[in-house]
Amino acid sequence: MRITQHPILTFNRGKEIHFTFNGQPMTGYEGETIAAALHAAGVKVLAKSLEKHRPRGFYCAIGNCASCQMVVDGEPNVRTCITLLREGMTVETQEGKGKIK
Amino acid sequence: MKEVELLIIGSGPAGLCAAISAASSGARVLILERSFRPGGQLIKQTHMFFGSEAQYASHRGVDIADILLDKVRALGDRIEIMLNTTAVAFYEDNVVTALKDEKEYFKIKAKSIVCATGAFEKSLAFPNNDLPGIYGAGAVQTLMNVYGVKPGDRVLMVGAGNIGVIVSYQLMQAGIQVVAVLDAAPRIGAYLVHASKLARMGVPILTSHTVKEAIGTDCIEAAVVCEVDEKFQPIPGTETRYDVDVLCISVGLSPLNELLAMRGVEMKYVPQLSGSVPMRTETCETCIPGVFVAGDASGIEEASSAMVEGYLAGLCAAAKLGHVPEDFEARKQDYLKQLEDLRSGPVGDRIRAGMKLTQL
Amino acid sequence: MFEKTGVATREMVMTKFPPIERINNGPVAVVECYQKIPCNPCSTACPFGAITVGEDINNIPCRDENLCTGCGQCVAKCPGLAIMIVDGSKSDETVQFRIPYEFLPLPEAGETVVGLDRAGQPICKAKVLRVMNPPAFDRTPVVTLEVERKYLYDFRNFRREAEANG
Repeated sequence: MRITQHPILTFNRGKEIHFTFNGQPMTGYEGETIAAALHAAGVKVLAKSLEKHRPRGFYCAIGNCASCQMVVDGEPNVRTCITLLREGMTVETQEGKGKIK
Repeated sequence: MKEVELLIIGSGPAGLCAAISAASSGARVLILERSFRPGGQLIKQTHMFFGSEAQYASHRGVDIADILLDKVRALGDRIEIMLNTTAVAFYEDNVVTALKDEKEYFKIKAKSIVCATGAFEKSLAFPNNDLPGIYGAGAVQTLMNVYGVKPGDRVLMVGAGNIGVIVSYQLMQAGIQVVAVLDAAPRIGAYLVHASKLARMGVPILTSHTVKEAIGTDCIEAAVVCEVDEKFQPIPGTETRYDVDVLCISVGLSPLNELLAMRGVEMKYVPQLSGSVPMRTETCETCIPGVFVAGDASGIEEASSAMVEGYLAGLCAAAKLGHVPEDFEARKQDYLKQLEDLRSGPVGDRIRAGMKLTQL
Repeated sequence: MFEKTGVATREMVMTKFPPIERINNGPVAVVECYQKIPCNPCSTACPFGAITVGEDINNIPCRDENLCTGCGQCVAKCPGLAIMIVDGSKSDETVQFRIPYEFLPLPEAGETVVGLDRAGQPICKAKVLRVMNPPAFDRTPVVTLEVERKYLYDFRNFRREAEANG
């Protein structure tokens, strides 16, 4: 769900970036955050809450609220709304607190 | 420890203007910005700003960011911007601890500081308000205007203040349907020209309405809306269901200024300014000499006043460091006059009342 | 009502229109600004000094219909998109409007679109005469439309729809 034409803005998307989400190959663009790329691909559930395992999406998009924390390259609690995509990243839904290696 | 003359925390409209003002007086400035791009919330504002020419009225926010960043660049090495750098602590000896790239902590010793840390969005309590698809209005703006990604297909907007109606209009510009805008207040809080823009696109604005609950399993699928009475209590039997995949929350902002509280700046809860704010002089200086505040961190207002406060704080902070331009007094008076003008009308009533309560 | 819906009443709208004789004489700006807010680009944009806000930037702009030439410089400058140009000099049956329109796809000259009122409700057909989008308008295109005269005080917007061309 990307915006292709806009009356005010032009989106100069960078080169394609390949990453995986729960093992599935995904594509985003250089210069965009993990959460934005996932949202563009229709992925809205990013994590499960600590106790009741309720689905969590992003909420603030500026790194304030912690709703979008995911496991990135094995590291938990990464705020995906402010973390830029990098080639080859592995991104996984975070269940609860996550385990620090 | 990194030593700087003037440290500015935040590169939104207030921070950038403070830097431009101080550096043009001759001060050397370091700006900390937690994001990977400067400009704060300006970078996602596609609408034209209000105000006068002095505050770049009629320019779009996103273009004002470019105008200000060009001014910053023109000042050369007098302004350094560190991106991906979050100020996490502010101590009694004016030492700020910052975190760079989420891994490296370092300390900065500053002679003077302008805190321009902005605000954060308030949320709203209702059953299932944590479902994915329920976003802050600012988040929706970031997604669509910075990354060009649609938040969904059908949106219900909660909040008819300026941000709520502006973001609704921007959603429509991105080709997304806005089914309604609602607000618990009996009257529209936004500038009415903004509301009219939306109304004539056929979007109903429902005052005295609130969200009763969100419905969905993995993501929001619908929202139940009801009318509220004059005491903001739900009126039974007035429920309406809207099938939407996005619920956008725009119920106001709160000043973000914990760093100042940590430093020991005298704070006060001022409802008219939407939260706990620092006491300060008319030139934006807190009770601690050399510690200034500007923009939404000092109370929620428009970007136009944030910019003027930034220019004023930067001018006065630099002057205290010995960088006093020849036209110092004239510029100071000009900024004070601009602020007075921006706040003098009926929509400024609340701000003026709040300002009175925060003056040192 | 206006403060609850954002839709100005007929009485409010009428106060912003000049007398019909003036409209029939040629293009003139209608400045639908009803609220005191700190804003004045309409006055600084006007090359003829026809729109004044005055010392207090919160004043509601005042348009002098005798100084206004209907040039339209103010239309794309108003941050609230509250200004349109009306012109009743071209025909006895129709009036022409120039209104700002910031949506894609833009209509094309010759196209028939659905005319909307201030609440966004369809009221009439409107014929697009011209679409202006020069760099000076900074991405606020201004569309000229022709509408039956009886909709002079109701027409305010349009919607581009396939069925409108049928």
